[in-house]
Amino acid sequence: MRAAPPAIDFGRPVQVVRGLDGRLSARFDRRALAIGLALAALALGVAAVSLASGTYPIALDDVLGALVGRGEDQLRMIVVEWRLPRVALALLLGAALGTSGAIFQSLTRNPLGSPDIIGFSAGSYTGALVVMLMFSGGYYETAAGALVGGLVTALAVYLLAWRRGVQGFRLIVVGIGVAAMLSAFNAWMIREAELEVALSAAIWGAGSLNGLGFEQLLPVALALCVLAPPVLVLARPLRQLEMGDDAARASGVNANRTRALLMVLGVALTAIVTAAAGPISFIALAAPQIARRLTRAAGVALVPSALMGGLLLVSADWAAQHALGVQLPVGVMTVSIGGLYFLWLLIREGRP
Amino acid sequence: MALSVEAADLAAGGRQGEARVAAGVEGPVLAQGGLARSGLARSLARSLAMAVLGLVLLVVLSLLSLVLGARPVAVSTVVDALFAYDGGLVDHIVIVDYRLPRTLLALMCGAAFGVSGALIQAATRNPLADPGILGVNAGAAFFVTLAVGLFGFHSIDAYLWFAFLGAILVTLAVYALGAAGRDGATPVRLVLAGVALSAVLGGIGSAITLLDPQAFDSMRVWSIGSVAGRSMEVVETVAPFIGLGLVLALVAARPLNAVALGEDLARSLGADILRARMLTLVAVTLLAGAGTAACGPIGFVGLMVPHVVRWLVGPDQRRIIPLTMIWAPALLLAADIAGRLVLFPGELEAGIVTAFLGAPVLILLARRKTASGL
Repeated sequence: MRAAPPAIDFGRPVQVVRGLDGRLSARFDRRALAIGLALAALALGVAAVSLASGTYPIALDDVLGALVGRGEDQLRMIVVEWRLPRVALALLLGAALGTSGAIFQSLTRNPLGSPDIIGFSAGSYTGALVVMLMFSGGYYETAAGALVGGLVTALAVYLLAWRRGVQGFRLIVVGIGVAAMLSAFNAWMIREAELEVALSAAIWGAGSLNGLGFEQLLPVALALCVLAPPVLVLARPLRQLEMGDDAARASGVNANRTRALLMVLGVALTAIVTAAAGPISFIALAAPQIARRLTRAAGVALVPSALMGGLLLVSADWAAQHALGVQLPVGVMTVSIGGLYFLWLLIREGRP
Repeated sequence: MALSVEAADLAAGGRQGEARVAAGVEGPVLAQGGLARSGLARSLARSLAMAVLGLVLLVVLSLLSLVLGARPVAVSTVVDALFAYDGGLVDHIVIVDYRLPRTLLALMCGAAFGVSGALIQAATRNPLADPGILGVNAGAAFFVTLAVGLFGFHSIDAYLWFAFLGAILVTLAVYALGAAGRDGATPVRLVLAGVALSAVLGGIGSAITLLDPQAFDSMRVWSIGSVAGRSMEVVETVAPFIGLGLVLALVAARPLNAVALGEDLARSLGADILRARMLTLVAVTLLAGAGTAACGPIGFVGLMVPHVVRWLVGPDQRRIIPLTMIWAPALLLAADIAGRLVLFPGELEAGIVTAFLGAPVLILLARRKTASGL
């Protein structure tokens, strides 16, 4: 008795796009493509709702009208000049966080990997705290302090972990050590400070988009435009690095150089966010994992993570402004919303 | 690659060597019996030396902890206070009511944090895992926030039960969420569930504290972690939980060695993975829960000491766990004593000093060639 031959599994369905007489071809995973489009559509939808809601509610039609330049001047001013910068910032910053999280999780091959492990967050908080508590600096001084603190810490961790190349595990342990010292120092500074100053420092530390406008949008958008192309080019070597240094080298990747470049890009992406809005936590950690579960991919992927990050932050920002009646820092909401959604995914994932 | 190092070391560890033969993977290690034996002897001698050194250090540190502080006391007075207590002498009151509880607490909670860190790193095979990863810290902190923000409690003794209850409830929830899947509670799912639930609770907690300055004021002190200012009652309350947790940890050490080989290999060697994991979880919850309830979150001890011990004596949990039990309290106690001296006559909390004492050691050791992953 012979069993029927099993159907041949050709792997995940893939869409191949060819052009220029076959000189150019690209393969798209169909599920990832569909999920990516859905995430982008959802993010834009939430963004539109966010533009419509506020103390002066506007109908969705009018919002779209105002965006394309029709409608009353007053409506256009509210939508385009007041609300649009913040919503656009939420989308961009969320995407940046999702991407940098995906880079670090892939590099360390650890689902807990994030720019935090290289000490960036703790360092930028230290920088900002020093500026706020000792020099009582304003928005730009704090942003500069955070940038300097984060970059110096990341560089220090990288150099301390350097020993003829940087190995993932050593980087993690050195990062833990440096971050532990800085966190202890931060906790001490917060405790020593006057209660009001400490509270406002803690609000900065949670990450907040309150009061951001065109002034911040322009530099953020420019910086992301510069960073996006190299990240996309390095996405493929990143997958090769996941196989381990030896296998990646055998397939033609300069492991140390690629890793260093990717780390610089990942830290730069986080640095932009931290400078603009403070250290918004959790998106870098959750977005890649959520995107990975939605696309059912084998590893974390950059583009879906970026889209997921944008969606998470824009939704969290809407909730932070309108859900509870009090303006909360968006960081408080990202962890709550992202965390709940992540939990639901984890539960659902297990069901057959 | 880390696995092969562990497997080789386990083979040198005697009974695991037999297991390896049973699994048909005997190799060069057994062929060179003499070499393996001398390596085994050396490694055993090193473990014993570390244990003896650690115990001597603990005794010295405990004595120093009773003697040193804002009010200098002679060693003879300490002996008198302990064995012939006179409630009329200020020195005796300082020693018995203030320095003795904090010394005992540093000893117990140091062991609790360290061992729970060793267990959780071994069970999840993740070097980033600290005792807080299963939601212990987040649960404790959240319940303390509730106690402060909603019920208006403001003393350590009142926090204690809230913190402990929170730690246990949240760990149970994390486990239930992690185990909700088809393949049960795999380490990665547990870790992710812990991180996610901690994030949700942390978000709600910080929303409460950011809107309530008084709660914020209490939490910024609690979240640093300290062994000072706790009464003997706190010590007596947490002691049984920590004691039980330490015993369970010692029982779990051997099965955890099998877990290190990976799920499939461990199962094929006849190890009961589920039992090992349950033992570990109960022990971690008791240890980290009681420790955090008594001292606040001092997670770094649990992250650091197991790494360092593993680099020095190899990956055998039957050595890592007892040695962590000795060296982790030494670190916490040393941090507490150093904290009394740096700002003399003021004090710096042990939670802060621990990181500054421990982290440089961790970084230096991580730069050695032999520092291996899990």
